[in-house]
Amino acid sequence: MSGIPHDKYEPKTGFEKWLHERLPIVSLAYDTLMIPTPKNLNWWWIWGIVLAFCLVLQIITGVILAMHYTPNVDLAFSSVEHIMRDVNGGWALRYVHMNGASLFFMAVYIHIFRGLYYGSYKAPREITWIIGMLIYLAMMATGFLGYVLPWGQMSFWGATVITGLFGAIPFVGEAIQTWLLGGPAVDNATLNRFFSLHYLLPFVIVGLVAVHIWAFHTTGNNNPTGVEVRRGSKEEIEKDTLPFWPYFVIKDLFALAVVLAIFVAVIWTMPNYFGHPDNYTIANPLVTPAHIVPEWYYLPFYAILRAFTADVAIVQMVSWVTGGIVDAKFFGVIAMFGSIFVMALVPWLDTSRTRSGTYRPMFKYFFWLLIIDFMVLMWAGAMPAEPPYSTISLIGSAYWFGYFLVILPVLGLVEKAKTPPATIEEDFDAHYKPDAAE
Amino acid sequence: MFKKTILSALLAAGIAGAAYAEVGEQHIEDFDFSFEGPFGSFDQHQLQRGLQVYTEVCSACHGLQYVSFRTLGDEGGPELEAEQVKAYAAQFEVYDAVLDEDRAAKPADMFPMSGFDGAPDLSLMAKARAGFHGPYGLGINQVIKGMGGPEYIASILSGYTGHEKEEAGTTFYENTAFPGGWIAMAPPLEDDLVEFRDGHEADIHHMAQDVSAFLMWAAEPKMTARKEVGFLVFVFMVFLASLLYLTNKRLWAPHKYKD
Repeated sequence: MSGIPHDKYEPKTGFEKWLHERLPIVSLAYDTLMIPTPKNLNWWWIWGIVLAFCLVLQIITGVILAMHYTPNVDLAFSSVEHIMRDVNGGWALRYVHMNGASLFFMAVYIHIFRGLYYGSYKAPREITWIIGMLIYLAMMATGFLGYVLPWGQMSFWGATVITGLFGAIPFVGEAIQTWLLGGPAVDNATLNRFFSLHYLLPFVIVGLVAVHIWAFHTTGNNNPTGVEVRRGSKEEIEKDTLPFWPYFVIKDLFALAVVLAIFVAVIWTMPNYFGHPDNYTIANPLVTPAHIVPEWYYLPFYAILRAFTADVAIVQMVSWVTGGIVDAKFFGVIAMFGSIFVMALVPWLDTSRTRSGTYRPMFKYFFWLLIIDFMVLMWAGAMPAEPPYSTISLIGSAYWFGYFLVILPVLGLVEKAKTPPATIEEDFDAHYKPDAAE
Repeated sequence: MFKKTILSALLAAGIAGAAYAEVGEQHIEDFDFSFEGPFGSFDQHQLQRGLQVYTEVCSACHGLQYVSFRTLGDEGGPELEAEQVKAYAAQFEVYDAVLDEDRAAKPADMFPMSGFDGAPDLSLMAKARAGFHGPYGLGINQVIKGMGGPEYIASILSGYTGHEKEEAGTTFYENTAFPGGWIAMAPPLEDDLVEFRDGHEADIHHMAQDVSAFLMWAAEPKMTARKEVGFLVFVFMVFLASLLYLTNKRLWAPHKYKD
């Protein structure tokens, strides 16, 4: 592994030398843990550890839940109740797994927006960003598949709506939808393959996470100033950084403990708050719920999906230009996937040479507006698809695309950024050195 | 910075409640149940009265297919004696797949399913009907007032106005708590329909609350365990976080020029 130079592992005992010559696994662990980390990282940098913890937590609870769960349309719902009532500690496993998904997504959103604010996606960290986006997509897929497994009303109707999105693709859509479902409608075949894939994808995420970590261990971490670690000499590196172990491990573990205290409080007092009550009613293909609402973490994108209805001018124009091939439904699907795609392209859309948003006076306003936009879209996504919510969703979607496709490219050219500190050491000392000349 | 982190977490939680869409004009009364709040637990006597209402009234049409008789004796529930559980179960007939015939139920059996299609199973009703969440669907009622499914059930049972109408051969009864205002279930309760063994008052309101409490237990029998374990783990996490805070502070002190 390349990256910022630091002290290497030296095998000392006979056994260590013997092992090192055959498999340098201790050396790999050492290099990973001892990575020089910018010492000015703030509290927004703790979410990576929270995310790693969530992944492990979800896999462990999920594997145990799978021992008691039955993926069959006649048994799935009652097997979940069996877990809740008869399996020792089953209620805890399931509530942790269910709320663990919410914690996972809350953490990933903060992690992503932290990257967007501090310019963590900019060169040379584009690969880290792209891999991160792939992890996020895999998380979305895993979360969706998992939500179907309890076979409640929202499971069934959520699966029907979301797989229906693929049906909107011109010409081949219906064939793809049937292939995904394993039949003409959501049924036993669907539940079985969703269970299989829900078990598989987390391990794909593990692989992606390893590459994600490998990538930023190669480039080194970004930091709140966006200034790179000086690599001229060992002394310079040591002035700008501290090793990940123990300094950042302990800091992150403290933050993780605080986050988990809140997480536990949610399970203790209101474990079903993030779920939908309709999912405690067994799936019934003959009864459609009044409002089909996805899990909260999909809501912003669900709002974008529903925003582009047939009466929106741009939809009509695209429909006319393509001779009706791209109708409102397909347009919505493109918009939804497009909204994540433009986010993935941000390393090339942001033209600013200043990395960190801290030193970009105009960028800050647009960034916080994006956060508000995200929240508003989340709220609008849960509301019925009717005025005024449809208009609010449309305005929100327009800003989302505008931010990535227009504001970021233009802002980099017109904005006059402030000068960041020359070094990380300077930034750190300005905060902590008692006699810092400020 | 840290304050901001917590604030954004809270915001996310608030917005997340938006997942509950508003159902319509409904009046749900905010009853005070013993099991509300972080430390609330079931009132054993109330659960026993609720069980009596369920047995004498609800079970005529409804079922509890996910609840087993033996759990009536579990800690934190109605806590019937082992003999009482046996005798209680024996009132019901269940189909035995091995014998291929009906027999008297044993404690290990489940409550029977609903007797006819129109009557939904009640095992999870208290968790499946919590979709009225205050202004903007933000879950305010649930978070602040602790309102949920039991309030809904009790409001339905005591929410009949006495008006009825016929539509396509079905009679509907006006109900202030039901979405849309008209429900197909005839008013199940009337004052003194049940004679409580503990001599407790048996007007519609008391019966409605007692049976709602029982149905909350039926939907979440491990609630007491959850609150006990949850609180302990929370205290542990706060303690662990404090130790890690001090460790972190000391670890970084020399680098922050505090030594």
